[in-house]
Amino acid sequence: MLGTSDALLAAMEGRARSRRRLGSGRVTLAVGVLILGTIIVAAAAAPLLTSYKPDAIDPLNPLAHPFTHGHPLGTDAFGRDILSRILYGGRIDLLIAFGATSVTVVCGTVIGLVSGYFGGWVDTVIMRIVDLVFAFPFLVLVIAIIAMLGPSIFNMFVAIWLTSWISYARITRGHTLVAKRQEYTLAARALGYTNRRVMLRHVLPNVVSFVIIFAMVDAVGNVALGASLGFLGLGAQPPSPEWGVMISDGQNYLLSAWWLSTLPGVALILVGIGFSLIGDGLADILRPGE
Amino acid sequence: MLEVSDLHTFIATGGGVVRAVDGVSFSLGEREILGLVGESGCGKSVTCRTIAGLMPSPPARSTGHVRLAAYGERNVLDLSPRELQQMRGTHLSMIFQDPMSALNPVMRVGDQVEEAVGAHQRLGARDRHRRAIELLERVGIPVPERRMRDYPHQFSGGMRQRVLIAMALASRPKVLLADEPTTALDVLIQDQILSLLLELQRDFGMSMILVSHDLGVIAEMCDRVAVMYAGQIVELTDTETLLASPRHPYTISLLRSLPDMHAQTRYLRPIAGSPPPLIDVPAGCRFAPRCPLAIEECHSWQTELVQIPGRAHTARCFRHDETTREDAWLERSYESE
Repeated sequence: MLGTSDALLAAMEGRARSRRRLGSGRVTLAVGVLILGTIIVAAAAAPLLTSYKPDAIDPLNPLAHPFTHGHPLGTDAFGRDILSRILYGGRIDLLIAFGATSVTVVCGTVIGLVSGYFGGWVDTVIMRIVDLVFAFPFLVLVIAIIAMLGPSIFNMFVAIWLTSWISYARITRGHTLVAKRQEYTLAARALGYTNRRVMLRHVLPNVVSFVIIFAMVDAVGNVALGASLGFLGLGAQPPSPEWGVMISDGQNYLLSAWWLSTLPGVALILVGIGFSLIGDGLADILRPGE
Repeated sequence: MLEVSDLHTFIATGGGVVRAVDGVSFSLGEREILGLVGESGCGKSVTCRTIAGLMPSPPARSTGHVRLAAYGERNVLDLSPRELQQMRGTHLSMIFQDPMSALNPVMRVGDQVEEAVGAHQRLGARDRHRRAIELLERVGIPVPERRMRDYPHQFSGGMRQRVLIAMALASRPKVLLADEPTTALDVLIQDQILSLLLELQRDFGMSMILVSHDLGVIAEMCDRVAVMYAGQIVELTDTETLLASPRHPYTISLLRSLPDMHAQTRYLRPIAGSPPPLIDVPAGCRFAPRCPLAIEECHSWQTELVQIPGRAHTARCFRHDETTREDAWLERSYESE
């Protein structure tokens, strides 16, 4: 029996070592970064990866199957190269993901942190505004704002900025209230730290992981929202190779030319998976000991 | 060093105003250790937190006068939030009951100690680091250079309390409020932490308030003891007198409730009943409903701390002359049950 227990011990130690070396979140994070990084590089280096312009028409080969007529991913109804459009379109969709999300993350987190930490009437006012915005169906609110400002990518950003910070404010405030009651916050105050220091160095780091995890989901949501608005004709406008617009363009050919809508959809999904994996990995790394 | 007179802290709750601290006065001399004893909810912690300006307001409000040596005649309760923030850590520090949660879980221990070192003085990164190592060495953390890179969850409870003590003492405060510093630790570690506190108190020339519900800890550590009950001090004297000739029935009951290895009885002697709610406190002695010696007058007596002749000894008891009579404590015999 000694032999088997030794073997078991060795196996468990080996596994524990490899887990220590890799860290539970690091692999997930690395895969996520790899996927998203590849897409970002591909979108940035689009001119190097394809010789076609995204809006160049190949009138002789409309709706070409993938890998035919020199188009790796086929062409759409106008004979535009799908690969080229996906790559150039990635620039727009990634811009939506980062541009829309980054502003709301920062604003929402700061608002939620201040609201939760100081409480009182500041908190009451901010949370009533949040409730007010929450009371509207999100998509309807976004569409209404875009309708007022006129459809364009920038106005779509404005609409998202105005509506999405509330989620971050709520998440941050909730976790700030929890952190505020923790003994480490009390201990930090007992050591005579300034409110700003307690808030930024002791409360925020204990709250920020929740925000980052949500931000990754939200970034995916924003790409999907951008695509939806493009699909509805309220975001990027038709000649643009934005993925939502491409999916929308392809819907008439779903049965005859599946690749028109499917391939930009796959790109969208890949971006989503990349963000989610990064979120999961960061969640593990940012909360040591849990 | 510290003088508290007629301190009241009231807390507004949904059910009414809780009189958490109701007329507490005491003084803390230089290099003195004062014990605050009492059961849960009697106002020990609230007293400390009020002194440190750590009670959230609202819902808590305080009146009274707190003098701290460094501030002369000024009332600490009237200091601005900014002045209070500068007072904490430099003149007065506090350590807490639960070392498991009093360190920031997502920050390396070394960073937290360095932060405490740099909180009240401008120091370069290298000096901060050096001071942090010195402090950790001083409180008995082995190989501090290496342990500083660890996170709190990699420390044991006793080690964490050591770290917290190091942080509290980083700016050499003259007064330390220790709010049940060993309650969450096991007995062996408790003893180590108490010895450490005693040693540091002597070396740094600090005054200390030690909050505890453990009379054993108090007996071992303190010069003087204030026994608290239902938001008030019911007895205040030096430790020796308190243990040898307590006058307040609550103190006597507390001492009698301690398990005794040599006792004839195999039963514990608890204090019957429970403390009164601190909302709508009835007139008269607050301990009267549980007091075996209570008479009619106790329920209407305007309570005050009565000077016991002889030593510096006060007790809040109407029958303080009679509490020492053995026949007053006629025992209900548990053995016969």
